[in-house]
Amino acid sequence: MTNKLRGSGLIDERMDELNQDGIDRRGFLECMAWVGTGLIWTVSGGIPVSKAFAKTHDQSVLKGGELTFAQISDSHMGFNKPANPDVAATLQAAVDRINGLATPPEFLLHTGDISHLSRPEQFDNVDQILKGAKAKDVFFVPGEHDVLDDNGKTYRDRYAKNSQGDGWYSFDKKGVHFIGLVNVMNLKAGGLGALGPEQLEWMEKDVKHLKSSTPIVVFAHIPLWSVYPEWGWGTQDSEQALSYLKKFGSVTVLNGHIHQTMQKVEGNVIFHTAMSTAFPQPAPGKADSPGPMKVPAEQLRSVLGITDVNYVQGTHSLAVVDSNLG
Amino acid sequence: MKGQAKMAAIAALITLLAILAGAGRLKADDGKGGGPTADVKIDNFSFTPQSITVAAGTTVTWTNRDDIPHTVVSNDGVFKSKVRDTDETFSYTFTKPGTFEYFCSVHPKMTGKVVVQ
Repeated sequence: MTNKLRGSGLIDERMDELNQDGIDRRGFLECMAWVGTGLIWTVSGGIPVSKAFAKTHDQSVLKGGELTFAQISDSHMGFNKPANPDVAATLQAAVDRINGLATPPEFLLHTGDISHLSRPEQFDNVDQILKGAKAKDVFFVPGEHDVLDDNGKTYRDRYAKNSQGDGWYSFDKKGVHFIGLVNVMNLKAGGLGALGPEQLEWMEKDVKHLKSSTPIVVFAHIPLWSVYPEWGWGTQDSEQALSYLKKFGSVTVLNGHIHQTMQKVEGNVIFHTAMSTAFPQPAPGKADSPGPMKVPAEQLRSVLGITDVNYVQGTHSLAVVDSNLG
Repeated sequence: MKGQAKMAAIAALITLLAILAGAGRLKADDGKGGGPTADVKIDNFSFTPQSITVAAGTTVTWTNRDDIPHTVVSNDGVFKSKVRDTDETFSYTFTKPGTFEYFCSVHPKMTGKVVVQ
């Protein structure tokens, strides 16, 4: 998957292409990565309709939404290398961006790598900064940086008190069913992210009795689709998890880990990854390794960002909007 | 000080210095009080050299030169480091012969091997 799109000019072209062709229920889009420009996707009846927007985005697209939440990811509190010597400042900028949204989100999802080294003071710092968000509830899933050395005990004690197993759980908001999955534990040599049989069993039961009209949002750290296995950007047993969701008309999968936005639509499932609030990483295969990518200091905030998600009841669609920090 | 006492004092001082120097030298050599050593560098999400062959009794030291933390974890539960941030090290002394595959538990695509003869 190559990153061909840069700048809103090309994106507008691409959007025209798609709108003219139309994408049917079975079609899927190539994963797209974009920098600095937000994109609104709304899926209605399996046909994605998109509008590109610049910084002064047209909020009217989101009017009438019944549920709004925001996703942040990969804050890596404690990281202090050249790619971003001040991750606390950029996390604060993300909170400011969230607080500045026209429709304030009801809650936040943090898709992991909250801390850089699983240290208590790093988690404390993030908690402190998130206290300033207008949205008081934050739902977390851990990244691999959050479960170092203690099998995730520190993470779970803080962020997953009502969870099962390694920290998975589900909850409902305004008729939307949210499932928080953990795919960063018990990783095997040479492998990818993994959910494990216990979690899969729980998930199957968790969704079994839900009506197929229930919109589903799954959130987990490592992408639940195969973005770039060579760099570990995928989850070994995600197919099985997704098979439990086949009956649902609207499934949105929100992930982090790769520190860039990517999106794929496959049937009723939208897969979406968020930018990091700490540092960017290279596009798949564009560097020797997936480590922190240095950009000129004045460009840093343009490659970091948040994701705003709006659910319009009755249409079974979620609008997913990325915006950068500046 | 009388001649003999002076000589004894000097001898004691020399001995003391020799002991300290000896201890210092041992420390600088291998940190484990004896035996051969080998080094593996961690950088760019790789272990370099990815495979090394050492004699039994060798202490292998991994040094993280990457700008991201990593771990060194044996596939078979033989050794397991705590997370190592940039410039931190982990050492393990391989006393038994065999092939020891390991990986980074944070980035499991990173794998390496120590062959002990």
